[in-house]
Amino acid sequence: MAEQFELTDDMRAQIGKKSPPWEYEVTTTSVRMFARGVGYTDPVYFDVESAKKAGYRSLPAPPTYLGSAVFLPGRCSDTFSGPSEGLPTVEHGLKGLLDGSTETEVFDTICAGDTLVAVQELIDLKVVASASIGKMLIATIDTTYTDKATGKPAAKQRAQVIYY
Amino acid sequence: MLRFDDIKEGEALPELRKTPTLQTLVKYSAGSGDFNPLHHDYNFPQAKQIGSIIVHGRFKYASLGELVSNWVGHAGRIRKISCQYKGMDLPGKEFTCRGVVKKKSSEGGEKIVEVEVWTENAEGKKTTPGSALIVFR
Repeated sequence: MAEQFELTDDMRAQIGKKSPPWEYEVTTTSVRMFARGVGYTDPVYFDVESAKKAGYRSLPAPPTYLGSAVFLPGRCSDTFSGPSEGLPTVEHGLKGLLDGSTETEVFDTICAGDTLVAVQELIDLKVVASASIGKMLIATIDTTYTDKATGKPAAKQRAQVIYY
Repeated sequence: MLRFDDIKEGEALPELRKTPTLQTLVKYSAGSGDFNPLHHDYNFPQAKQIGSIIVHGRFKYASLGELVSNWVGHAGRIRKISCQYKGMDLPGKEFTCRGVVKKKSSEGGEKIVEVEVWTENAEGKKTTPGSALIVFR
């Protein structure tokens, strides 16, 4: 728990920084694994024939799933899904990490076979005092996903991450 | 099949109950790519401090998506879905995903339904309030 925590100029300087683009693949296996992990039972997320009968090109990605980051050793996080290279880095020293909120807008149905190109941007940093966990640093991060084949916007996700 | 014309504002979505186990969380970690030890390692410092491993907030978020998808079927698609993580849920404890229709509109030819969604723990606390916007075919 942090009693004292203030934003520094170095931290603020990261606001507005963007990551390099990174590919996220939506595959039949990745959709199945995500759907299985959540507990979906609708066959459209597992069986290509069922998906096609329901009018999809292939297995549809659930709206809370935007593909799996292509994992490259040394360039991706070993713990989280996604690249670690070139991301805005806030040297805050806080050890605790929790998700604060998530908002996803999907512009058209994403299906297995699609490749999305994602760019993350650090939108905001703020410090909030909490009765239970002391001072928290809240980072707001936007990720924009573009369909690699068409170049069209595919989805946008805003996430708030809490460090404490 | 759910029909846009039959939906009424104030209508409740069929609830979805879940009691995630450690195995559920491991499966979700594999499916999502989030291997934060807070969700599988009781000896992880943050888990020790909290007193338990906790359910991924994003698992609850995805469960709210499943709640809405189960209701909509393939009559439409979820354009937008959001939630805030207001309270922790623990493995072995049941939570319930619920939703209610807030607004129905068909301006500009688009058939849109807005629903309020949330997860509720056994004590009735809304641990993950959110909303979803569905576009009907």
